[in-house]
Order: sequence, then C-alpha cells, then structure tokens
Amino acid sequence: MEKPFIEIQRLCKSYHRDSLEIPVLRNISLHIPESEFIAFMGPSGSGKTTLLNLIAGIDKPDDGQIVVAGTEVTSLDETELAAWRSRNVGFIFQFYNLIPVLTALENVELPLILTPLTKKQRRAHARTALEVVGLADRMHHYPRQLSGGQEQRVAIARAVATDPVILVADEPTGDLDKVSAEEVLDLMERLNRELNKTILMVTHDPRAAERARSVRHLEKGELA
Amino acid sequence: MELWNLLRRNIMRHTLRSLLTIIGVGVAVMAFALLRTVVTAWYAGVEGSAPNRLITRHAVSFVFSLPLAYRDRIARVPGVINVTYAIWFSGVYIDKTQFFARLAVDADSFFNVYSEFLVDPQQFEAFKRERNAAIIGVEIARRYNLKIGDIMPMEGDVFPGKWEFVVRGIYEPRDQTTDPASMMFHYQYLEERVRQEMPARLGEIGWYIVQIGDPDSSARISEEIDRLFANSRAETKTETERAFQQSFLSAASAVITAMNIMSFFIIGIILLVVANTMIMSTRERTHEFAVLRALGFSAPQMFFLIAGESLILSLTGSALGLSATLPAVEAFQTALPKGWFPVFYIKPETIVLGCLSGVLVGLAASIIPFRRMLTTRIVEGLRYVG
Repeated sequence: MEKPFIEIQRLCKSYHRDSLEIPVLRNISLHIPESEFIAFMGPSGSGKTTLLNLIAGIDKPDDGQIVVAGTEVTSLDETELAAWRSRNVGFIFQFYNLIPVLTALENVELPLILTPLTKKQRRAHARTALEVVGLADRMHHYPRQLSGGQEQRVAIARAVATDPVILVADEPTGDLDKVSAEEVLDLMERLNRELNKTILMVTHDPRAAERARSVRHLEKGELA
Repeated sequence: MELWNLLRRNIMRHTLRSLLTIIGVGVAVMAFALLRTVVTAWYAGVEGSAPNRLITRHAVSFVFSLPLAYRDRIARVPGVINVTYAIWFSGVYIDKTQFFARLAVDADSFFNVYSEFLVDPQQFEAFKRERNAAIIGVEIARRYNLKIGDIMPMEGDVFPGKWEFVVRGIYEPRDQTTDPASMMFHYQYLEERVRQEMPARLGEIGWYIVQIGDPDSSARISEEIDRLFANSRAETKTETERAFQQSFLSAASAVITAMNIMSFFIIGIILLVVANTMIMSTRERTHEFAVLRALGFSAPQMFFLIAGESLILSLTGSALGLSATLPAVEAFQTALPKGWFPVFYIKPETIVLGCLSGVLVGLAASIIPFRRMLTTRIVEGLRYVG
C-alpha cells in the first residue's frame, strides 16, 4: 500500500474561553495521498478551518500527529515551522490577504524573498506565476485596482510561486461572484491536474466541493 | 522586491501620520539639544577652569575685598608658581542691559596666568604702555563694533565716576569654553582714581588667582594659604578655580538640575510619540503580519520590518531636530540679554546624545509592538478585523 502523503493521527484541538474548554477537533485520523484535491465541508464550527490550519502548520494541536511529505509538522518549533511553511505550503485565503502597498507582481514575489533565488530569478518566477493565472497584464496593478476574482488569482499565483508541496485554500470562493468563483476553481483544478499540486480546500459551497476529487465532511469536530 | 521595499512603503502608508511623528520627534530633539546647550553654557565657567589655578577670596564672601599686601605672602607658599589678582569693576557701558565682565587686573601677571586669552604681542605691548588701555574679548569687539584705538566710556557704579578706556588689544579665546566676552584693564588705573576719590578703599583687590605647579597639591596649598591669614581682619578661603566657579552655580543649581531632568523627560516624550505611532501601525497591520508569518517570515524578519520602521521615523526626526538646533540656539542667544551666556555653543556630546537617543528610542518604541505581534497567534491575527 502506498504511503500517504499527509498522515493525520488522533488529532485533538480545543479552544479555551475563560475557564470553558471548547473541543474543536476530536480524535481525527486521516490519510491524504499525493496530488489529491480534497474538499472539507461541514457546518460553521465543525472544525474544518482548524484542521486546515493545523495541517498548514499555523496552529498547534493539543494532541495527535501530522506528517506532511515525511516531515512531522507537529514536532517542529516556531522557527522550524516558519521555515517549513515557506518551503512547503501555499496559502489561499477567503479574503485574498494581499499586501495593499505592493503591486500584484511584488505580492507574488513576497514569499520568494524567503528562497535562495536571486532578485532576477525571483522576478522571473513571479511573472511566470502571474502568467499561469492569466494576469500578466495586471502585474503592476495594486490590489485596490483589481477585481475580487483577480485578487484571488494573484493570491493563487503567490501561493504557487514557491512551488509548495501542498496548497491550502480556506473558502477560496467565499467572497467571489459566480463567474469569478468558477475561474478560481478552474485554476485550482488545473493546478491539481496539470501540476499535480496537493490541494486541501475548506468550503461551504457544494459547487466548489464538486470540483475536488474527494470530499470529507466534518461534524462537531469529527470526520463523518 | 526586497523586504526593505515593504518597510519603506509601510512608512509611506500614512504619510501624514509619519510626517507628524517625524516633526514631533524633531521638535522634541531640538528642545532636548537646546536645554542641554543652556546647561552647557551655564557650566562653561566650570568647564573652562584650569586644574592648576586656585582662587583665594575673602572667607566671608566673594563681595568682600582682600588686601593687596597678601600677594607676596601667597607667592612664597611652596608649590605656588605665580600669583595675580583681579577686582570686579562692574560699571555701565551704553546702558544697564549690556553685560560683560569688566575686571581691573595686574597687566603683567594676569595674562601669564590666563594663557587661554590669546593677545597679539604688539597689541599687548601697546596695552601695557597706556594707563587707561583695555583688552577686550573678540565677542565684545564684534558685538559693539569696536576696534583698536576706540574709546569705551563707562559710568562707574562700584567705583563711581566717569571712566574712559582705550581699546588696545582684542583677545581670541584659545578654547571653546574660554569666555570671549571679558574686558580687562590696568589695576593701576583704578588705583590712581581710588587714591584720589576713595582713599579708604586703596590697596584692595577682589580675589587672587594662584597658579600652582602640581594640581595634586591644590588641597595642601589651599590650606597653607588660608592658614597664613587665619585670625586676620580678612581671612581667606582658597579653593580650586573649578570649585570657585561651581559656587556661582549653587544658587541656580535647582534650576539647572530641573533643566537636566527635563531634557531627559523629553527623551521619554519622544519615546511615547514614536511608540504610539508604532503601536497604531502594527495594530492596523495585525492581519498583514499574520499573513506574512503564515507565508514563513521569521521573527527576525518581522523585527526588521517593525524596528526598521520605528528607527527610520525616530532617526529622521532626530536628524531634523538636530539640524534645526543650530538656528534655534542662535535665535535663543539673540533673544537673551547681551552677554547673558558668554560661552554658548552646541557641544559635540549634545549631538551624539541626540543621535543616540534617536537610535535608542527607535528600538525601544518597537519592543511593545513587536512583542504584541509575536505573541498574537497566526490564526488569531488572520481573524483580526481592524
């Protein structure tokens, strides 16, 4: 049997509000193969975003283990996690999260600062990434000069610029109109199909989930 | 794109706020430098005092005179190289607001002991030959447009009557701390008038200036001089020139201390101004910082962004403040009555302190926002709505 690309074992996570402990994820175990495009669905508060954050290494579990491409993410300290994220994870957020004072090209180039590439190589990579998402003609535009769909495509270009092993997308179409959402989903499908990117997507939208190869449902912190 | 570009654009994000912060820092640094300069001016006499000079004055008070006859006895004390004397003439030149030191001195010995007053030898010879000649500081010559041969008429107060002095020499100060605005004339000229008009005051001088060979012997020599005149009608108090100058400051010591404290309070104000801006800026960017950290930016890189912005604001403000200090000092000096502070200049230490405070404030102001950014979990930062 093929070794899973992402291996999650008995993952638990709770939040604390004053003296109250709110369990968010309960004993989650999951195996995700390489080049998978998986969608997590479920009602608000079911723990899908928390699961995504834990896999992406921007949050820490209370218990359990996450291994991504052979690296035990849960055992890394903050500094190691930051370095690991810069090399292995591409983020696509619901509200794009572009830096408003940087142009599209500079936003895409931002994570490349963390790589050993030269300035010229970084710029070339960023241009290529923008070409892949079809925004070569908008590279010198600031986020405020772009539509929501275009901003999200720039965010996708930023996510793939470093050639990460996984892409995590939290409600990537949640703030977009139908046409823009379709464009973004087409792009994500292409990235998965043509570039074999492993994509983990959290969504409420059944049409978005349809584009994924597999869908998992979460209910009250447990996989259904 | 370098991280530096992001830092630069972050500063320009709220141009008005950045500009106001820089101006705020600039004004505070200028006030700091001005206060330090005033304190320096107050201490100029102390700074300019020589370690090998002692001052012997009346034990009761500086305002009481001493007999001229003490001079030879002081000169015989072992360790004493030279003794000269001076008396405060005061007087009114032009009007009562025109202030500078006017001293009757022993021409031969005074300029030997005070080698920091640099007089052209020819001018000095001319000064020595003429009874009512005077040597004035270059600052007095500049202020009243006086040149060699000019007459300086004065109305006496301590020594009443009309007096006339001929400018025969203009001295240059050797050091920055040397008073460039004093006037010295012959004690003999004063003595002649006193003999005729105030004979009871004949043979009296204000204080002795004792030049010694070894500054380490100042305590012993002071003691020996004072012992010579113990139980006489005019007991003496001998102390180093530095201590003598400091005694003039004792009355104003509370004000000087307050100014010193205030100058450092101003540094605190600068810190608050920059820290306030930085806290506002980083709070507004909580979400962006979380994004950067999610992308993999490390703590040192985040520190570079926050501390860099803080340092640039603080150092630009400091540079602005320090460059405005020179005209401010000149304007301050112009506004003061003439001669209030004969030595008034910006010490290099003040500039260094201004720059140093800019660096320290910049770093200190970034500590709280950096710590806040670091302790905010990425997921919390991503949820933050400013």
